[in-house]
Amino acid sequence: MQPTLFSSLRLTVSQLTFHIRKSLENDPQLQDVWVEGEISNLSKPNSGHVYFTLKDKNASLRCMMWKPDAARLRVHLQDGMAVEAHGRITVYEPQGSYQLAVNLIQPKGEGALYQEFLRLKAKLEAEGLFDEERKRPIPELPRVIGIVTSQTGAALRDMLNTLRRRLPLAQVVLAPSPVQGVEAPPALVKAIESLNAQSPDVILLARGGGSIEDLWAFNDERVARAVADSNAPIVCGVGHETDFTLCDFAADLRAPTPTAAAELATQTTLDDLQARLANFYSQLSFSILDLISENKSFLVSLSSRLRYVSPERRIQSEYQRVDEFSRRAFSALNHRIELQSKQLDGVSKRLQALNPEAILLRGYAIITRGEDNAVVSKVSEARGEIKIRVSDGEFEARVNH
Amino acid sequence: MAKTKPILKPVEELTYEEALAELETIVASLESEQNPLEGAMKLFERGQALVARCGAALESAQLKVQKLAGESIAAFEDESE
Repeated sequence: MQPTLFSSLRLTVSQLTFHIRKSLENDPQLQDVWVEGEISNLSKPNSGHVYFTLKDKNASLRCMMWKPDAARLRVHLQDGMAVEAHGRITVYEPQGSYQLAVNLIQPKGEGALYQEFLRLKAKLEAEGLFDEERKRPIPELPRVIGIVTSQTGAALRDMLNTLRRRLPLAQVVLAPSPVQGVEAPPALVKAIESLNAQSPDVILLARGGGSIEDLWAFNDERVARAVADSNAPIVCGVGHETDFTLCDFAADLRAPTPTAAAELATQTTLDDLQARLANFYSQLSFSILDLISENKSFLVSLSSRLRYVSPERRIQSEYQRVDEFSRRAFSALNHRIELQSKQLDGVSKRLQALNPEAILLRGYAIITRGEDNAVVSKVSEARGEIKIRVSDGEFEARVNH
Repeated sequence: MAKTKPILKPVEELTYEEALAELETIVASLESEQNPLEGAMKLFERGQALVARCGAALESAQLKVQKLAGESIAAFEDESE
């Protein structure tokens, strides 16, 4: 086509790009589209946004994912991966390029199943089946644990081993059920219902890993409803970490795997119980020892107070008083004796002085007459024989006149 | 003060949970209440017996696995044991 001098339309690049952008972004088909292709040139810069190219044999499409959408990705993107990407076409004006702004990616082939899943999920969600308020707490120490799973699967073995290791105190009631195939959903429903008749403290609903089709029974509406209707709280552990089923949403607690479900249902383990018991025992011992030592020290203080008020001290002080009295009595007595003996001495001396014999010592003599033994005290009385008595004896003499 | 004096069952007749609950009460009582020494010693002895009862239950615990068959319940032979 030759350009004509009088073209009706003359635009700047910006105007044209803007026009293209408008026409692409106003096309509803391009604003809600699934695109199938293979990932290449995958790039994940630090910004958290994800960039890649989707291509098939003949064409390629630049794609980008904003950080919030990229963070919600269920699949791990890799170059060469065949995927279905959902998003809307936008235009990046500075480079004049169009791109798919992706908000969802799933492995190729999951599309139809996933649509069904989303439809059911939205429906049950709208009914309030998944509401947080409906979730019941999982008992910390369940006595009876119900299990709904295949009797022959590895999941059962894993769960029993986990329970045996963590809480052998518990009792397990198994309600076996096929977990895949057309017979699985009604069987799972029946297993959940008959288990509830045994009123277990918690139910583990589990299945080992498998393809999305293998896990499909757990996306069955009937099973999801039975889970929500269960009297006993249900821990759901189906498939692997990345698998989310409707039962997971309807359950009271979602576990990433069957083993994890058994773990989540036994928050208190045998070890915890033993530690708790040991703790109780030491608390018990401490408090009784405390009480005993309290009583002991009270007793010690009482006994010292008792000693303080004991009559023993008074008895001793009485003793002292008695001693004092007796000392004073003795000294008074001695004094009196001394006084008496001095008096006696004086009297006796005076008595001595009166003894006539004492005069003889001073050279006096007593003269008596021989004839009548009369004492001669005058010259006229002296005659004849006389006896002269001196201090150490007497002798006779004759008066010559 | 909880002064109720229930007639105490022999510890062997208690379930693990009953024994543990009573033990918990005894510990709380010994810790928080003014017990006369003799009463406290009695509580302590009871507590010791309960600890022994619970300990024995934990030591000997073996996961009991049963299987629902229709409406009835039967022992389950676990081949993985």
